[in-house]
Amino acid sequence: MTDRLLSIEDLSVAFHTPEGTARAVDRVSFDLNKGETLGVVGESGCGKSVTSLSILGLIPSPPGAIESGLIRFEGRNLLELDPEDLRGLRGRDIAMIFQEPMSSLNPVLAIGRQVAEPLMIHRGLGRQAALDHAAEWLDRVRIPAARRRLYDYPHQLSGGMRQRVMIAMAMVCRPKLLIADEPTTALDVSIQAQILALMLELKNEMGMALLLITHNLGVVAQMASRVVVMYAGQVVEEARTVDLFDRPFHPYTQGLLRSMPLLGARPGGGSRRLNEIPGMVPAITEALAGCRFAPRCPHAFDRCRADAPDLFAVRDGQRARCWLQPHPERRRTDA
Amino acid sequence: MPDAPLLRIAGLVKHFPLGGGLLTAPRGWVQAVNDVSFAVHRGESFGLVGESGCGKTTVGRMVLGLIHPTRGRIEFDGQAIQDLSRREFGRLRRRMHIIFQDPYSSLDPRMTVERIVTEPLLADRRPPRAERRRAAAELLDKVGLRAADLDKYPHEFSGGQRQRIGIARALCARPRLIVADEPVSALDVSIQAQVINLIQDLQQEFGLSYIFISHDLSVVEHVCNRIAVMYLGGIVELAPAANFSRCPRHPYTAALLAAVPLPDPHRRAAAPAMEGDVPSPIDPPGGCPFHPRCRHAFERCSKEKPPLVPAVEGHSVACWLNDGRGLE
Ligand SMILES: Nc1ncnc2c1ncn2[C@@H]1O[C@H](COP(=O)(O)OP(=O)(O)OP(=O)(O)O)[C@@H](O)[C@H]1O
Ligand SMILES: Nc1ncnc2c1ncn2[C@@H]1O[C@H](COP(=O)(O)OP(=O)(O)OP(=O)(O)O)[C@@H](O)[C@H]1O
Ligand code: SF4
Ligand SMILES: [Mg+2]
Ligand SMILES: [Mg+2]
Repeated sequence: MTDRLLSIEDLSVAFHTPEGTARAVDRVSFDLNKGETLGVVGESGCGKSVTSLSILGLIPSPPGAIESGLIRFEGRNLLELDPEDLRGLRGRDIAMIFQEPMSSLNPVLAIGRQVAEPLMIHRGLGRQAALDHAAEWLDRVRIPAARRRLYDYPHQLSGGMRQRVMIAMAMVCRPKLLIADEPTTALDVSIQAQILALMLELKNEMGMALLLITHNLGVVAQMASRVVVMYAGQVVEEARTVDLFDRPFHPYTQGLLRSMPLLGARPGGGSRRLNEIPGMVPAITEALAGCRFAPRCPHAFDRCRADAPDLFAVRDGQRARCWLQPHPERRRTDA
Repeated sequence: MPDAPLLRIAGLVKHFPLGGGLLTAPRGWVQAVNDVSFAVHRGESFGLVGESGCGKTTVGRMVLGLIHPTRGRIEFDGQAIQDLSRREFGRLRRRMHIIFQDPYSSLDPRMTVERIVTEPLLADRRPPRAERRRAAAELLDKVGLRAADLDKYPHEFSGGQRQRIGIARALCARPRLIVADEPVSALDVSIQAQVINLIQDLQQEFGLSYIFISHDLSVVEHVCNRIAVMYLGGIVELAPAANFSRCPRHPYTAALLAAVPLPDPHRRAAAPAMEGDVPSPIDPPGGCPFHPRCRHAFERCSKEKPPLVPAVEGHSVACWLNDGRGLE
């Protein structure tokens, strides 16, 4: 028996819209072990949120449809679970926090009630017991004067405090898996650092696994033990965090890492240009032959444009969807 | 005077009324900008950083004359803006332009790209259609778009392309100063690099000066020559880019820098350097505005407000540590 908590196998999700079919997630696979933090990075529209919403059965359908795949959580395929069981799992064993807390907090309900609700639903606690517990949690996530704030409404809180309330809501039932979709993107760096530290602390204390979705490579480097890089609906690279940053294999990963300005690296008047990845992400409605990154890739050769590459093993724990793995001699040294 | 700064700001203050209406007095004042002074030189990129609500956008809007300062003086090219007639100000105003953060909402969805980028020309005169089209095509070329894009509408472009359209529009009237308010914050990393490079290339080509506003410290450090760090409406540190992250002098700057998640898994951060939220600008703390969150604060900090003074040549700080020289 392994300590595997979640495994996604060959998941494909499409959106059928009047403009065409968007292959938002295309045969995505990855695993998450108990207590592990897995980072999922990639640019806007690459399918990060759709992947995570699939886990919870939250894909709007229509227009969305899960075309194929398996999502195993503690051995059970969530895609075959009846809605009742899935609802039971949601909030209890698997919890989620989103980027924009305002869209997931109820604006007309006091925050104490919102944090208490999962306890009443999933743990069968009475109202007062649940509120007491909620106050403890608000205190735990460092909402100042938590007990007095139970009756505050979301709009009375700062962005950072709302995100803390979201975390409290997600954690009250002590889930086995927390899915955090851009949990700090709307926040200032100072508040981001506080929220990330809080998530790490609670995670370590409760042995919870964390699926951390972000486009911020810095956040991933600080938090994750393994990283999945997505591009245009596909996993293009997967590696232990240190390997991804020390020895990125895929040209897209390499391009991303090189295109970021680094603090202290070359200050002043921008006399040096940043490394850019030319062009832009292809529309996922287009039928694409070959590698999806080929139009922007400095190493692309004939095979890249003709055949779609598989995820090839690069080293232990690292895989990359790139023809350079079987054809290392094609990697240009000047790019 | 070739060496006189392009823009000089002295003692700029902006207080917004809180609540209140035509007949009722405001309930209080938001002290959005408190006594801000700086100069921007020709060809310089001047950075404004700080947490949400510290007053960066308000400073930018006052420079562009979009809102009036409560107090203070703004000089552009040696002329005090408040001394100018309406017409003179209108002429001068065209030598400054703004690029907004949000490429989605800052472009009129019903206008073609040609119309959008040449609109600033219409303020002066009505150039013939052919001339407008030629000007638009030239501008698109400068920002890496194609003449074929002239008749398209904003929704047909990606975020990065829309930001390029915004930049083309800002360049249209040949401005001297561009206020770029979070110009790359809504863009993905790979597109961000393209737009930053474009902004820098255009600066070289046209000798532009920028006020570059961002909450992303690494971007500002890369783009700017000098950086002002704002906290609760005031500048707490003004550093050359070379010193900014290497030897920050204000504890707030140091704490902000420490909070940046480094893209290096070998250097993981310890505990967060700063606790709590920024206090309300309606009732800011007395003394040094940062003292309630400062781990170095001592008695004087809560009593007297430190002035922004040079600590070393070209590097100023408003902090009582080390006799007003800040962190050493
Ligand atoms: N309800 C929907 N209808 C149609 N298309 C959708 C819908 N939801 C998502 N998509 C499409 O699926 C693709 C993947 O979207 P997703 O939200 O997963 O991206 P993401 O990686 O989370 O991006 P971001 O970083 O912007 O949050 C996008 O191209 C998007 O347009
Ligand atoms: N028109 C207005 N009326 C009242 N208050 C305002 C107005 N504009 C700005 N403020 C307030 O002034 C302060 C400074 O706002 P400003 O938009 O300049 O901040 P900022 O540094 O640009 O923040 P951000 O990083 O969030 O853009 C804030 O407290 C803000 O709420
Ligand atoms: S498969 Fe070819 S085009 Fe795709 S990333 Fe690898 S080298 Fe580049
Ligand atoms: Mg998303
Ligand atoms: Mg702003």
